[in-house]
Amino acid sequence: MIALDELLVDGLLWTPLLIVLLKVLVVFVVGLLATMLMVWFERKAIAGMQNRIGPNKTGPFGILQTLADGIKLFFKEDLIPNRSDRFVFVLAPFLSFVPAFLAFAIIPLGGDFRNGNAGEVTWFGHVTKVQLADPPIGILFALAISSIAVYGIMLAGWSSGSKYPLIGSVRASAQMVSYEAALGLSLASVLLLAGTLSTSGIVAAQTTITQWNVISTGFIPFIIFLIAATAELNRPPFDLVEAEQELVGGFNTEYSSIRFALFYLAEFMNTVTMSALIVTLFFGGPQPIAFGDFVFDIPLLPNALEGTFWLLAKVLVFLYIYIWFRATLPRLRYDQLMDLGWKVLIPGSLGWFMLLASQRLARQNDWNIFIVTGSSVVVMVACYLLLQAAFSRSTREREIQGSMF
Amino acid sequence: MEFFVFGCAALMILIGAVGVITRSHPVHAALSLVLTLFGVAVLFVAQEAHFLAAVQVIVYAGAIVVLFLFVIMLLGVDRVENLRTEPLTAQRPLAIIVSLGLIGILVAAFTTGSGALHERGEGINIPDLTTGTDANTTQLAESIFSDYVVAFEVTSVLLVVAVVGTVLLSRRIKSVAAETSK
Repeated sequence: MIALDELLVDGLLWTPLLIVLLKVLVVFVVGLLATMLMVWFERKAIAGMQNRIGPNKTGPFGILQTLADGIKLFFKEDLIPNRSDRFVFVLAPFLSFVPAFLAFAIIPLGGDFRNGNAGEVTWFGHVTKVQLADPPIGILFALAISSIAVYGIMLAGWSSGSKYPLIGSVRASAQMVSYEAALGLSLASVLLLAGTLSTSGIVAAQTTITQWNVISTGFIPFIIFLIAATAELNRPPFDLVEAEQELVGGFNTEYSSIRFALFYLAEFMNTVTMSALIVTLFFGGPQPIAFGDFVFDIPLLPNALEGTFWLLAKVLVFLYIYIWFRATLPRLRYDQLMDLGWKVLIPGSLGWFMLLASQRLARQNDWNIFIVTGSSVVVMVACYLLLQAAFSRSTREREIQGSMF
Repeated sequence: MEFFVFGCAALMILIGAVGVITRSHPVHAALSLVLTLFGVAVLFVAQEAHFLAAVQVIVYAGAIVVLFLFVIMLLGVDRVENLRTEPLTAQRPLAIIVSLGLIGILVAAFTTGSGALHERGEGINIPDLTTGTDANTTQLAESIFSDYVVAFEVTSVLLVVAVVGTVLLSRRIKSVAAETSK
């Protein structure tokens, strides 16, 4: 029996089935609503940063602007270019929309973490986690989904049968495949400390602030993950995929109407999911803020809802940081992007992972921690010098011979 | 339930496999391959091999086929090929012989091993939700990094050799003398 939810393990009963169906519905609706609000939040915040007003006509503070835009897009003409590959052209938006929603399923969305509880709540007499699916491979599922998301963008650009989208999609796939390596390697440090792949396990291991992975893995994996995630999302400053000045609109130039809306939705949905993933991995997910024995308690809010509140607060911080990135940082050049990914982030995350692994081994075997740290630092410096020598050699050769392409 | 999942996955695999051969368009063929790989991943999940399923999707569907598509798009070979012209004349008869041989081997294997299909053996210690969620990963890691660590390391050396070889072959180093005389 395949059961990603422990409720469904012992045969099919009505109440657990209904609870799971309710979870599916809630996750879907919350995902759509979060995306809608994120679009509004981004437009409003970026307008504030640029001394504009932003959307303010539909609803209070223009909060219904996205809904209005969505309805407008629905009624637009749905164009399929003559030279496009029809089947793939129609398929591509769904290939980018569906993974965006699937990834949301494994994120712990709340729960009761006070008094030694492990995030479980009781609904209708059944103990359950506030999480749609908790597969044993947990975080690998998110990686698999993000590697599938490449297809949507890649095929959209190719099937349009026009030049600019094709260039955009080739850029996108190269970028996403390169940064996925850095994403996975920085994640490895977290998994090393947590000792489990499941997202609920990773959250359960981060009870106090000092146990949050951002601190216990030494900040470097978090920075690498944040940068790689931004590149994976194709958000500024890594939005070469849709560099308006060079590529008209990027991979989705030929798309119109609801198909375009699906791409747009998937992009923002991915941003929300990635922020939630960062919070889950590095900031304790729905865990409350706690120092040692002192746990920050929100008055008037029942314990079971507190987890959701904390998750929401933490995710909002990261959504704001993404908007801030967009408003602040200029776009990278293509060679800078590739250099950053392959020459800085991947070796950096590998080196840091080695350091953490040696520390852990030293602690397990009672070795002298100073000697271990010293020797691993020496090894890392040697590797760094070797890498630098290789880089300078290759630049020198390129100057002599001219670029390969 | 298990039968239903198996049926759907098998259908996906078969449709994908037939698509890879019959579609004349390289991009469509590559997409059919993705469908097959997904079906195999679903079968892995149905057999409780979650880790294998994830790796199947990440490595095969997420990296290798993306690379295929990337090369197809970059080289601009996404035109419909004319199958009448034959670059290698011996190719077709050889293909028939090889495929017949493969069918023969498979049939022989199934007939000799048909007894094993009906009885369920002990199998490997399949973990489930009740006995530790990460047992799958733990077992794999233990066998790769302790029992077969030499083979694992040798494989990684092989991959590095392949990468270095590719770089050497693709990067024809012009002689410096010719460059300075120009």
